[in-house]
Amino acid sequence: MYSPAIIAEAVVNGLMTGAVYALIALGLTLVYGVLHIINFAHGALLTAAMFAVWVVYEALGLDPYLAILPLTPLFFGMGYAVQRFVIGPASHGNDSNILLVTLGLSIAIENALLAGFRSDTRTLNTDYGFQIVEFGPLLLSKPRLIGFGAAISVTVLLWLLLSRTDTGKAIRAVAKEKFGASLVGIDVAHVYAVTFGLGCACLAVAACLLMPTFYVNPRIGQAFVLVAFTIVVLGGMGSIPGALLGGLFIGVVESLCGLFLGDSLGQIGIFLIFILVLLVRPTGMFGAKA
Amino acid sequence: MTFRDIVPIIVLITLLAFVPVFITANTVLNFLVFTLIIALAAQGWNILGGFGGQFSFGHAAFFGTGAYAAALLQVRLGINPWIAFAIGAVAGAAVGWAIGYLSFRSGLRGSYFALVTLAFAEVLRILANAAAFTGGAAGVLIKLDVRPENFQFESRGAFFWIALALVGAVLVLTRWIERSRFGAQLVAVRENEAAAKALGVDTLRVKLGAITLSGAVTAAAGCLYAQYFLYVDASIAYGTWISVEAILAPIVGGLGTVFGPLVGAVALHGLSEITKLAAGSVPGIDLMVFGGLLVAAVAFAPEGILGLLRRSAQAKGAARHA
Repeated sequence: MYSPAIIAEAVVNGLMTGAVYALIALGLTLVYGVLHIINFAHGALLTAAMFAVWVVYEALGLDPYLAILPLTPLFFGMGYAVQRFVIGPASHGNDSNILLVTLGLSIAIENALLAGFRSDTRTLNTDYGFQIVEFGPLLLSKPRLIGFGAAISVTVLLWLLLSRTDTGKAIRAVAKEKFGASLVGIDVAHVYAVTFGLGCACLAVAACLLMPTFYVNPRIGQAFVLVAFTIVVLGGMGSIPGALLGGLFIGVVESLCGLFLGDSLGQIGIFLIFILVLLVRPTGMFGAKA
Repeated sequence: MTFRDIVPIIVLITLLAFVPVFITANTVLNFLVFTLIIALAAQGWNILGGFGGQFSFGHAAFFGTGAYAAALLQVRLGINPWIAFAIGAVAGAAVGWAIGYLSFRSGLRGSYFALVTLAFAEVLRILANAAAFTGGAAGVLIKLDVRPENFQFESRGAFFWIALALVGAVLVLTRWIERSRFGAQLVAVRENEAAAKALGVDTLRVKLGAITLSGAVTAAAGCLYAQYFLYVDASIAYGTWISVEAILAPIVGGLGTVFGPLVGAVALHGLSEITKLAAGSVPGIDLMVFGGLLVAAVAFAPEGILGLLRRSAQAKGAARHA
C-alpha cells in the first residue's frame, strides 16, 4: 500500500523531528533528575521561547539560528531566577507543592502570552524555510536537517558539561544525594537554579531550531510538553541518553502513526505508549530502579 | 455522622436557594450556575486529591465522560435525559475505577499519577474528536425541547436549584467521608501510605473507592454542563481547562475540607468576573490571574481561604483573651 520510499521518508522525517523533541525532553529530564520534580511549566516556557524568536525576528530582523546566541543565555538567566526566587521559596520543599507551583506558572505564562499576542498563529518567513536537500532517493527539508544536527550537538555538549566540568559534578552530586552535597559545601539552592536554567536554555535552542519550519501560538507548548513527558518517561526520568533515544523513537512513531492513521488520530500512538510505559515500566528504558 | 454535622450544610444551601428569588438577571444566574458546575467538578477532585492526596491532572476524563454520556444517550439512543444523567454519573465512576485500577495497581503516585491521568484525558479527547459516534470535531448538539421531563427548563432558576441540590448532596457526602472510617483511612493514605499499609489499611481498595466516587461526582458536573449548554465537543468536555479548574478551586478554597471547593470556585469565578470588568475583553487575562493565584496560594496560604479565615478568627480570639 505504501511504497518503501514513502515509509523511509517518514522515518527520516520522524528522526529529524525527534531530535528537536529530544532537546525539549532533555531540559525536562535534567530538571527531573536533579530536582526530582516534573516541571509542568516546561511547555509554557517553550512557547515563551518561540515567541521570543518570533519577536527578535520581526523587530530586529535577527535570523532564528543567530538568535540562539542571545536567547540561550537570556533563558538560562530567566530559568535560574524562576527556580531561585519563585519555585524554590513558594514550594516549601514539598514535592506536590512544586507540582502545583509549576502548573500555576504554566497557566500564568501561557495566558500572559495569550493576552499579549492574542491567539493568532504566527510563522517566520525565512528564505530558506522551504529549501530541500536531495539525499539519495530522499528529499529532506534543509532547516530540519540543520535542526537535527544542532539538537544532537547540544545534547553532546550538555553531556560533556555534566560529565567533565565542576558545575556538572556538583549537579550530579546534588542529584544523587542533596544532603551529602550540602555537607561538602555545595550550595544546593544554587545548583537547583543552575539546573533549571540549563533546562530553559535547552528550550531556547529548541525554539530557535523549530521556528524556521514551525509556527507559534500561545497554546503550542501543550502539544510539545506531552510529547516531552512521554519521551522522558520512556527514556527513564533523569537519563540523558534515554531522552535522546526516546526522542528519536517518538519522532518516528509520530511520523508513522500520522502516515497510517491520519493527522487527527496520529498523536494517539504517543499517548498509548506513554500510558503503557507508565503502567508497565515507569522507570523507562534507561532509568534506575525507583 | 450525626445530624449536627450537616446543620451548617443545610443552612448554607437553604440560604443560597433564595438567591434566584431576589436575582432574576440572566447574566447573573448564568454565572452562578456555571460556578456551581465548576464547584461540583472540584468537589469530585477534592475527594481524591484533597482527602486522598492523589493529585489528578486529568479530571477532564470524568467530566467529559459525563458530558458525552448525557448528550449521546439522549441524542443517539433517545434515552430520557434524567436517566442519561444518572447513567453519565455511573459511567464517570466506571472510568474512575478503571483508571484507578490500572494506575494504582502499578504503584503510580505523585508526579507519575498526575502524568498518567493527564494522558488518559488526552487519549479520550483525541478519540472523541475523531470518532463519528461522538460527532467528531463538530461535537454533539442536544435538541432544544423545553419540558421539565426533558431536563430543560423555562427559567434558569430551576437549573440553579438542581445544581445547588447536587452541590449540597456532595457536601453531605464529603462530610460523611470526613467522619467515616473510610475517610480516616483515606487521610492516612495521604499522610503516609506506607504507615497506613503497615497498620492494615487496604490502601489499594481505599484509593480505588476514592477515585470511583471522585469520578462519579465530576462526571455529574459534566452531565449538568451538557444539559445546561445543550452542546458538547471534545475540547470542552475533555479539555485541560476543566482539569485545571477542578484543581484550582479546592486549593484556593481549602484542600481536603468540606466547603473548600465551593468557596474556591465562588472566589475564583468572582475574581475572574472582576478582572474581566477591570481589564476589558483581553483574552486570557482572567486565567493569567488564576495561575498567579495558584502560585500565591501554595506559597502563602497552603490551607486556602478557609485556612486564612480560621487563622484570622483564632488571632482575633487570642487578642480578645489577651
